[in-house]
Amino acid sequence: MSDPQAPRGDAPGATEHDADVVLEEPQAAAAVSVATADQAAPAGAPAEVEPPSRWHTMFQQIVTGNAIISVLAVFLALVVGAIMIAFTDERVQAASVYFFARPGDTFVAIWDSVSGAYSALFQGSIYNFRRDTFAAGIRPLTETLTFATPLIAGGLGVGLAFRVGMFNIGGRGQMLIAASIAGWIAFGFDLPWGIHMLVALIGGLIGGALWAGIAGFLKARTGAHEVIVTIMLNYVAFYLVSWMLRTPGLLQAPGSSNPKTPPMKETAIFPALLGPQYNLHFGFILVIIATVVVWWILNRSSLGFRFRAVGENPNAARVAGINVKSMYVYAMLIAGALLGLAGVSQVLGTVTTGFTAGIDAGIGFDAITVALLGRSTPWGIFVAGVLFGAFKAGGFSMQAAEGVPIEIVLVVQSLIVLFIAAPPLVRTIFRLPDPSRRRRAVPNVTKEVKAK
Amino acid sequence: MKLELRGITKRFGSLVANDHIDLMVQPGEIHALLGENGAGKSTLMNVLYGLYQADEGEVLLDDEVQHFAGPGDAMAAGIGMVHQHFMLIPVFTVAENVMLGHEETKFGGRLDLPAARARVREISERFGFHVDPDALVDDLPVGVQQRVEIIKALSRDARVLVFDEPTAVLTPQETDELMGTMRQLKESGTSIVFITHKLREVREVADRITVIRLGKVVGEASPTASNAELASMMVGRAVELTVHKDEPKLGEEALVVEGLSVIDHIGQLVVNDVSFSVRRGEILAVAGVQGNGQTELTEALVGLQPRVRGSIRLDGVDLTTESVRKILDSGVGFIPEDRNEDGLVGNFTIAENLMLDRSDGPPFVKGGNIQRGFLAEFARDKVKEFDVRTQGIDSKADQLSGGNQQKVVLARELSRDLSLLVAAQPTRGVDVGSIEFIHKRIVETRDRGVPVLVVSTELDEVTALADRIMVMYRGRIVGIVPGNTPRDVLGLMMAGEQPAEGAAA
Repeated sequence: MSDPQAPRGDAPGATEHDADVVLEEPQAAAAVSVATADQAAPAGAPAEVEPPSRWHTMFQQIVTGNAIISVLAVFLALVVGAIMIAFTDERVQAASVYFFARPGDTFVAIWDSVSGAYSALFQGSIYNFRRDTFAAGIRPLTETLTFATPLIAGGLGVGLAFRVGMFNIGGRGQMLIAASIAGWIAFGFDLPWGIHMLVALIGGLIGGALWAGIAGFLKARTGAHEVIVTIMLNYVAFYLVSWMLRTPGLLQAPGSSNPKTPPMKETAIFPALLGPQYNLHFGFILVIIATVVVWWILNRSSLGFRFRAVGENPNAARVAGINVKSMYVYAMLIAGALLGLAGVSQVLGTVTTGFTAGIDAGIGFDAITVALLGRSTPWGIFVAGVLFGAFKAGGFSMQAAEGVPIEIVLVVQSLIVLFIAAPPLVRTIFRLPDPSRRRRAVPNVTKEVKAK
Repeated sequence: MKLELRGITKRFGSLVANDHIDLMVQPGEIHALLGENGAGKSTLMNVLYGLYQADEGEVLLDDEVQHFAGPGDAMAAGIGMVHQHFMLIPVFTVAENVMLGHEETKFGGRLDLPAARARVREISERFGFHVDPDALVDDLPVGVQQRVEIIKALSRDARVLVFDEPTAVLTPQETDELMGTMRQLKESGTSIVFITHKLREVREVADRITVIRLGKVVGEASPTASNAELASMMVGRAVELTVHKDEPKLGEEALVVEGLSVIDHIGQLVVNDVSFSVRRGEILAVAGVQGNGQTELTEALVGLQPRVRGSIRLDGVDLTTESVRKILDSGVGFIPEDRNEDGLVGNFTIAENLMLDRSDGPPFVKGGNIQRGFLAEFARDKVKEFDVRTQGIDSKADQLSGGNQQKVVLARELSRDLSLLVAAQPTRGVDVGSIEFIHKRIVETRDRGVPVLVVSTELDEVTALADRIMVMYRGRIVGIVPGNTPRDVLGLMMAGEQPAEGAAA
């Protein structure tokens, strides 16, 4: 990749250091707009033509950014996390009191705390070397995958909506509705093994799909913004489910006054994949299938082609005869079904002893992070989901083994989002070139030079 | 003021946008910078204006080397720029716009508006601009807005004025007025750099012409050079400027529009009771200044306008209230005015863009699956047939030049069985070489017996293509005249005047 910094380096008076680039950003941006005006924009665009939305462009860049940005964002977040671990560690604090007398103590304490915390994170999420057998040592990895299961499913739902240009914040509500329907079928009916599970699963998927479909339908019909509608539907779902959990005869367990359902029937529970000593359940197979299906939809199917066209440029899609509004509805239905899968895998796989209104466990929101980190591509989301699963699994052992507050893990997760949302920041820190800039600055000449 | 650019080189990575460009503009001279889109004109002017730093070379004003860190420095040194897209704030008055950025203030930070008004009046009188300093910019016609831009530059004591494609948004009459203004400015000693790719204007007003191609100066020309000479310098090969077309073989009336009115999203009547028809094998060109309802007319024809009255019939079938999908399926090909916004998905590959409006069935889609093998083969064929200059069919559409992008749109639309082709501004922002190609293909389409409706604001294009010309003004048809109607008649019609008797076809 030839970068725009190179000529600056050669330029007289611009040889100091690369940080110049940062200072020149606004100028360069202005120049870009002037340069493109020549070719790209229509002469004297009439007022009727909708101006190309900067927000739309920014949104697209954030949700479908560069893979390297994702990796670097994780790395940066871990670095900042390390700093915070060091700061909150009592031994470091104790040693820093006499820092100027014996600085070595402080550095040793910092090293101990950070390496201890991160190795606990690793041992809690991948492989525990302190166990004797491989079967016991690998258990953390299966925990990671168990935690990853709903995150991947939810991430796929959010990511698919991203690709169609929509921000689905309603993961929580969609999961709650799906979990309630699946749970109700799972504890309230008697069906043969397998069929019971299937019916509960399908019921949950439909519930999630319809709940998200409300937002899609309202957007298509009335132009209501899906962000607001999905957020509000979160509240509606939460209080609806809370009410049902407190009402005997609906979701509440008979003879109990707790807002909690009875346990799921054995016939409906997802079977364990690796035997009873591991928590990993059939839901993980389902999310692998879901990942493949979403990949097929987005990359191979005509429906996905239209989804992406609408997400990238709804105007061009409309001119090309694509029914943009129905794409919004279909996309939300599918996204809701995927978040529904996350909800179902919670009640039929992870928490089978009956659930409360907290069954979503924040996964609906973590799914947004996962989708961002995975750049809204199915396999990217899969990897990001596993990573976040590892954070969850490892976070507990980090707290248990080293006394590192589990909030650090949340901070690291949040920082990842922050760094992904600010690619220029990451680029500046790592001095990466801006891939879009050179191309936009001189869109035509490259090709013409090469063509001749 | 004498402006000299010496050996300006500007690189973007491995790409040399300006390669040792020398340019000398004498005081009181109009120097035209002629080149295709992407030749490096804008880059050069951005270097001059301080928006880019040159990698090599220097800018001299009156033989003194200048170092511009930004546009502010350039303005202070006496360089003014009139951008193609006006940098005006529509809700401000003329005086407020003119003072913007170097406001004079009185005690307590109050704006000294009277001073700004006086300044506008003074400059406007000096050049006979007739600009009211208290008018809202939004209310002014485009030509006057451009004068405000000029006043803005002059109020900062600009001695070198750069006009960047100034005529793109003007009517022929407004263009003539601008030419007059440029001559006046020249007489008052201002040096003018006039960037354009329109040959006629260059020959009319320029004292000297420098032609740039692929970032290099390819030569100087005198204003007496012929269009063909200038064009071949610009493109680097001989170019046919006139489209060879035979007499049309007219068939029956295919597109019949009756009493069509369009109301836009803010409730304005933008197309007002328009009736016309297009025959098979005929090109009807719609002429008019930008924003007189042509855009909405074409959008109504393909079903993109929701509020439409009247009737649109194609081969006897009523299409007035049909969906875009239905209309496209009935064989209407559409080249939208703004290809970046409406014609292409920039982040899609060329291949994907070539199937954009046929994503719902064979031959590209079978059983919900995109037929990737077929698509790749199809795309390679079309890229070859339409001479799209690209590295491959998997290049993103927004990496293509304007001309090549338009060829992709054209290839997509012409590869269907058409019963009507609607082309809005088919060659806007397209290089001369591609214009030639696109015009040829449009005429070929006509000769296959397809009715064609071309909308263009460029009279050259209208007269080159049209069998009949329909002129629109403020949403109405001023008249429909034969294709060989002289330019000055068309120019008057574009300003809303009825054609002389006997001109109607």
